[in-house]
Amino acid sequence: MSSFGEPIGSSVTAADSPAVAEPTVGPGPDEAKVIRREHLALLLRSKTFIAGALILGFWIVCAIFGNLIAPDDPLRTNPVAALQAPSSAHLFGTDTLGRDVLSRVLVGARDILIVAPLATLLATAMGTLLGLVTGYFRGFVDDSLGRLIDAILAVPVVIVGLLSMVALGPSTVTVIFVIAVVFTPVIARTVRAAVLSEVQYEYVAAARLRNERAPYILFGEILPNVMGPVLVEFTVRLGYAIFTIATLSFLGFGIQPPAPDWGLQIYQHYGLISGGYWWPVLFPALAIASLVIGVNLLSDGISQAFER
Amino acid sequence: MTRFIAKRLGLGLITLWLLSVLVFFGTQVLPGDVARRILGPFASPSAVTALNKQLGTDKSVFVQYLNWITGLFHGDLGTSVATRTSVSSIVFPALWHSAKLAILAFIIVVPLGILGGVLAALYEGRFRDRLISVGGLSATTVPEFVWSVVFILVFALWLGILPSTATAPPGSGFLTQIEYLVLPALCLVFVLFGYIARMARAGTIESLEADYTRTAVIKGLPYRTVVRRHVLRNSLLPTIAVVATQAGYLIGGLVAIELVFNYQGIGQVLYRAAIQKDFPVLQSAVLIVGVVYLVATLLADLAYSLLNPRIRFESSS
Repeated sequence: MSSFGEPIGSSVTAADSPAVAEPTVGPGPDEAKVIRREHLALLLRSKTFIAGALILGFWIVCAIFGNLIAPDDPLRTNPVAALQAPSSAHLFGTDTLGRDVLSRVLVGARDILIVAPLATLLATAMGTLLGLVTGYFRGFVDDSLGRLIDAILAVPVVIVGLLSMVALGPSTVTVIFVIAVVFTPVIARTVRAAVLSEVQYEYVAAARLRNERAPYILFGEILPNVMGPVLVEFTVRLGYAIFTIATLSFLGFGIQPPAPDWGLQIYQHYGLISGGYWWPVLFPALAIASLVIGVNLLSDGISQAFER
Repeated sequence: MTRFIAKRLGLGLITLWLLSVLVFFGTQVLPGDVARRILGPFASPSAVTALNKQLGTDKSVFVQYLNWITGLFHGDLGTSVATRTSVSSIVFPALWHSAKLAILAFIIVVPLGILGGVLAALYEGRFRDRLISVGGLSATTVPEFVWSVVFILVFALWLGILPSTATAPPGSGFLTQIEYLVLPALCLVFVLFGYIARMARAGTIESLEADYTRTAVIKGLPYRTVVRRHVLRNSLLPTIAVVATQAGYLIGGLVAIELVFNYQGIGQVLYRAAIQKDFPVLQSAVLIVGVVYLVATLLADLAYSLLNPRIRFESSS
């Protein structure tokens, strides 16, 4: 991709993939490519997107190479050196078990950056399926699912989390389940709205006249045309998923010890704040804040590029 | 209008029923042997049988559900397994505590959020707008418990100007109580500000672009008057309606905040009940949260339709 900085509308130069020798101005796929490029150009000019991508990128690097970057083993306990204030030996101090807080903060990105995208992906897949079906078929299916969606949306996320924790026990799988249950209806509603506006177009009517089967129309014709909203919804929900998982971990229902998860670290140490031990709490708190803000700047940039 | 209310009420009741089934299955059916779950693996089988009998969990699922619902309709929320006191003596004082916290937060955040949103809309696309929009979005996306610990650190530990718990000493006056509630309320303010500001901004931009605004400008009204009389009147209505729907979310956020500030509100009750497997308390507290949420959204819809004749007539036709 050499043409990142090109202004919008400048000709689509010989495509990057030489395998497709297309005429200069072709219909269909070429047009889609132009639109995609316009989106990309808009994204790269958006300061919020760049800032978000840099922050998220930093934490992804930490999640992958955390053990190499971290000055110490994030799981190694050292009771003699418990709760030491930040110093040159431990830049962020040590926690109640004498573990190096800096190392735990650096490696702490890993669990949440695995669990949150997985859970969001699951919810997006189910929500998209549900949205396609309810938006296309309407009638009874739409009505009854709509009521169910309303009912689920009326329950605060944390309560779904509490109930699932009681019913299923605390684990990472429970967290993914909670996120999927809570986000699927929200995503379904957005996708349904997008499908409703697509169904009016001629291409859907044409496909119906060609006697195509419903699954083909849904996934072959409509789905590619609603991918924009789906992508936006995914990034927005990813931010909420990180928010929710951090909160569940903080309540002790999410990612389980001894994982160096940030929410969990705060859960284990927030009672010590009034005793003056601020470092095992403040640094993970700043890490969570930077990650969620990064993801939301990113999704804000994406939605502004796509929704115009 | 009556039909509109009846329809909304009906929908609310269906939602409430679904919620009750969800809660019931989550707490009483899925965990399997309820008494074993409460008493732990080392309790004697006879104690487990006795507790199951006392809780009524030895009967069939449908009988249990019916008993629970009938009890609710008679105002009997049951007895807490953990404290052996009636559930209503635990849940309702806690609800009042949470309400105090929520009211204080709303009094601060609603005017602030609307002001921020309107300012952002009037300066759309310029620096002030980006500052409010991006700043609000960032504040909203940081979890409440993160704000809680950061605020305690800054205001209670380092500056030492505000208490680090939310519970005022017993018998303290109104102002002291508020002083203790400021920090937790501030956490809610930070999380809600971005949301309200975004709604107010969208509504204001929409009515700034409307034909009646253009007409008012063209006929020579001063810009201030146009904004006050034409723009704000039309944009703030939907904002206020949306604000009310945040009640349910608020309660979710309260769990973490009340935990950090050690405040005996409904969020803390929910959390403790879940940890202690105090199912009668958990069931009632969840249902009450559901009722509060539904009543809040219903009132918001009603207020909105009363204030806005367009909605009222559309729904009746």
